[in-house]
Formats: sequence, structure tokens, C-alpha cells
Amino acid sequence: MDKDEPNEESIDHGRRRFLVAATTVIGGVGVVGAAVPFVASWLPSAKAQAAAAPVEVDVSRLEPGAKLTVEWRGKPVWIIHRSKAALAELKKSGTEHLRDPNSEVAQQPAYASNPLRSLNPNYLILIGICTHLGCVPIYRPDIGGVEPGWPGGFFCPCHGSKFDLAGRVYKGVPAPINLEVPPYKFISDSVVIIGEDAETA
Amino acid sequence: MKDSAKGFMGWLDARFPASSFWRNHMTGYYAPKNFNFWYFFGSLALLVLVNQIVTGIWLTMNYEPTASGAFASVEFIMRDVKWGWLIRYLHSTGASAFFVVIYLHMFRGLLYGSYKKPRELIWLFGMAMYLCLMAEAFMGYLLPWGQMSYWGAQVITSLFGAIPYVGEGLLQWLRGDYVVSGATLTRFFALHVIALPLLLIGLVIFHLIALHQVGSNNPDGIEIKDKKDANGVPLDGIPFHPYYTVKDLVGVVVFLIVFCLIVFFMPTAGGMFLEPDNFAAANPLVTPEHIKPVWYFTPYYAMLRAIPDKLFGVVTMAAAIAILFVLPWLDRSPVKSMRYRGVFSKIALTCFALSFIALGYLGWSSVTPLYTFLARVLTVVYFLFFLLMPFYTRYEKTKPVPERVT
Repeated sequence: MDKDEPNEESIDHGRRRFLVAATTVIGGVGVVGAAVPFVASWLPSAKAQAAAAPVEVDVSRLEPGAKLTVEWRGKPVWIIHRSKAALAELKKSGTEHLRDPNSEVAQQPAYASNPLRSLNPNYLILIGICTHLGCVPIYRPDIGGVEPGWPGGFFCPCHGSKFDLAGRVYKGVPAPINLEVPPYKFISDSVVIIGEDAETA
Repeated sequence: MKDSAKGFMGWLDARFPASSFWRNHMTGYYAPKNFNFWYFFGSLALLVLVNQIVTGIWLTMNYEPTASGAFASVEFIMRDVKWGWLIRYLHSTGASAFFVVIYLHMFRGLLYGSYKKPRELIWLFGMAMYLCLMAEAFMGYLLPWGQMSYWGAQVITSLFGAIPYVGEGLLQWLRGDYVVSGATLTRFFALHVIALPLLLIGLVIFHLIALHQVGSNNPDGIEIKDKKDANGVPLDGIPFHPYYTVKDLVGVVVFLIVFCLIVFFMPTAGGMFLEPDNFAAANPLVTPEHIKPVWYFTPYYAMLRAIPDKLFGVVTMAAAIAILFVLPWLDRSPVKSMRYRGVFSKIALTCFALSFIALGYLGWSSVTPLYTFLARVLTVVYFLFFLLMPFYTRYEKTKPVPERVT
């Protein structure tokens, strides 16, 4: 028998176990590290991120009653400067005719989950896509314009869905839920960033 | 030794186990002699897989996996590529045929207890294939980039958004964008044509290796290996080749007749296999009136819609599939085949099969309050089949099982 041949007594099992465990751990770390680029490669590309970047809008020159449309993530976003008269009319019209007056369906960030569905009651910011079949509703601020007693709001020409000046859907129209409010925040009194959440205290 | 024969086969066998492989898995693989028509669907699934791979390879030769070109390239295949219409219809009809065959194959397993000991692993590999096939079908459906492709993918991927905390991030990771977009299309294409087919073929091989290790079950649910002749050949076994290869060919002929009738005369199957909305190009700004998946997913879709809470709905849908994995350990019956089980097992299996079909119909239809109510009841029936199984299979009275196959 060869003297150098390992036998049961000469094998250091503790050393073997340690080497196997150490190799497994180091190898495992290597495998995880190598997987990172493949997994992270699935995240939105720089181009997709740029196309989806938040949009900064200066609203200081927006007259009361006027509407501005900007594009964010390929969707039209409306910014409407609600006049004092429009806000009064909105309050006066009540909530009897609305399907979800308290915005219970999650169609807005938490800070816009109030009756006027806005951070600043003067500015209404909505995604201008009808929640029925994705048409673009028409802004109709004219009181009594769409029907008698119309307090001002949005009317979808495709299938007749109606929304009030807070983007809340009427009862008895095809659209099921309120218009969506995108995430946004004001960085000053007149500059709003669409696509970034306001810090909610 | 037999394999050391002279000639070409002798030369080959010395280098590659061709003869012994053929013997082990074909001429020397003994299958029970009492297979009935339910046993066609395994080999038919293999046939459909081959059809999907061959037609799929040909489709990629003319398909363009980009958001701007996908829809037009499918139209190009349908109108301008020579025989392109046939290749595409074979592929689209093949997808539905795959699920028809797989559902019948799975039902066979339930009927004769083919998932029970010692065949648990065959069932698990099969279930893994079912999951893989669902992913394959879902991703394949996005590729034509029609309206239903787009919105179906939008709705189904958004299910992952229901997961608390990580949902939103997971969703962006899956889609590669903030909505379903060209980035989603290209990755689904890569997974559909490379990753998932490779996985599926690997699982098929595992499924068959496990099957040939333990041997096939049969309508009587008894082990033919328990009764062998002097040469160790099961008394109730016959060689798979030529007996079952020839028998399966009959199944193939009947299947192909039905398959070709659909391919040539009703490739859309009245909106079942190819939905009307999908003949319009994807438009992220316009939602189709009634978004629904293709028929083979509708039972699960009905469960999702029946539950008012989004997260709970997603969990229920996932559980409906996950519970199938543990089936071998829920069944406590001493017998395998439904032929020798008690009345409760028979009622339970009937209710389960009917609830699955009815849920499929409800998931296909528009929501009404009555349908929502029915879908809830049937979802409960679906789950009770599994949850009560440990009890009704253990306590019911079974019939005596024969010694030899009948």
C-alpha cells in the first residue's frame, strides 16, 4: 500500500467541511453577483425613464377658467385653473348626482383624495382620458352648457360620460369611475411637477 | 451481448446507446394492455408541441418584434408570405389545441389517480409544464400586438401590482416601462421563442423519464409490475412499440381531422381562439369594451373577477393553480382509479369538472350580478374539491380492486 494514499485517519474532515462550505458561499455570492445584470436589465431603460420623466409646468400665466394640456408618459394631463365662481358652483351642485363623490376608488394619490381632488383647490390636475373607453373628454366650463343645471365639468363626446369640475363621474353614464389624478407636487406657488408625489405629512 | 452486433448498428452501439435506448423506452417498455382513449392525450400533447415549435420557427422568419412593426408583420405573414396564413393558423389553433389536449390529459390523471404514489413526481413535472405553458401562451398572445393582446397583457401584468409593497416596482420590472410597451413586447418575444420552449422541452423529458422509471398507470389503477412472468415481463403489459405507437397513430389521425377542420374552416373559432378585438392594432389610449383572456384562462379570470378585493382575487387565482400541485398528498384513498372509488369521490370529481367548465364560461362572458354570484359559488366548489379531499377519500367505502387488469 502506498504510504501517501490517504486513509480514514489521515483525512481532516473538519478542514474538508470548511473548504466545501467556504467554496459554496463564495461561489454562491459569485452566482448572485453574476445574476444582477441579467435581472436589472429588465428595469425600464434610460430611454423609457427619460420619456416618463416628470414634467415641470409653470402655471402662473394660466387664467382662471383656462385649461392647459401637457403630455406625461404618453398621456394628456390637464391643468385647470378653477375660478372662484366655478368652485362656488361645484360646491352648490351637491353630490347627489355623483357615483363616487368621496373618491373611494383609488384613482388619485392620497393627497388628492378629498372632495375637490386636489392639493391646491385652485388647480385641478387630471389625466384627460375617459375611464370608460379611453376617449378624451371635452372641457365644458360653461354653466348650463351640457344640460340644464350643468355646473361645469367634462363631457365625453364618444359615449356621453359626464364628470364634474373635480373629475368625479356622474351616475347613469357609462364611465365607471372618476378621472385619474396623476402624482404631482408644487415646488412653488406657480410651478407644478407632474409625475412626482408630494410629500404627505 | 446483443448490442455488440456486427454492421452499422454494431459500430453505432459501441459509441452511442442507440439500440438499448430504443429497447428501454419503446420495444421493451411495457405499458398496461388496458389503455382506453383517455391515454391518447399524452402523445397528442407531444404532437402539438412539435407543431408549435415548427410553425413557431417559421413565424419568426417573418415576424418583427417591435411595437411599430409587430401588427403589420403579422398582417404581412397573413397576406403576402407564401402559405403564411396556414403557418400562422396552425400556430394559433395549435395553442388552443394544446390546452384542450392538456386539460383532457390532466382530467385522465384525476380520473384514474395517476398522480398517486409512486407517480407524484410525474404529476409535479406535469404541473410545472402546465405553468410554463400558461406563461408561454400568455406571452405569445401579446406578440400580434392587437388591441386584445395589448390590453390583456396590461390587465394581467397589473395583477402583480396588487402585491403589497413590492407590487409597483415588480410591475415596472416586468414591463420594462411604466405601461405595456415595446420593451414588454421584445422581452415577451425572447421568452416566448427561446426561454420557455427550452424549459418546456426539458420538463417533457423529465416527465417521461419519471414515467418510464415507475411505469404507466392504467384505468384500473393497479400496478402491472406486481405480476410478472418468468422473464420479468409484466403479465398485463405489452410493448409500447409497436402496440401503442400504432394505437396512438389512430388518435393522431382523428385529432388531425378535427384540427384541420378548425384550421381551414374556422381558424378564429368564432372569436374563441382569435378574438375580434385583436384584428385592430394595439392602442394605449383606447380600451376595448370587454377585456377578456383567451378561453383557456377564463376559469381563473372568472375567479379573479368574482372577488371584490383585487389582492385577494389575485391570491385566489394563484391558489387555484397552486393547490393542484399538492393534489398527490390531499388524496388519501386506498385505491387509485375512479372505477373502484366510492360515490363521494365520483360526485366530487363531477362537480369539480363542471365548475371548471362553468367558470370558463363565466370568465368569457360580461359581468352581471347573477354571473358574479354564480362565479363565487363555483369558486367555492372548485376549492372544496381539494380541501375536502382528505376526508371524503379516506372515509368513503371503496370497491375491491381486481388482481389483474380488466
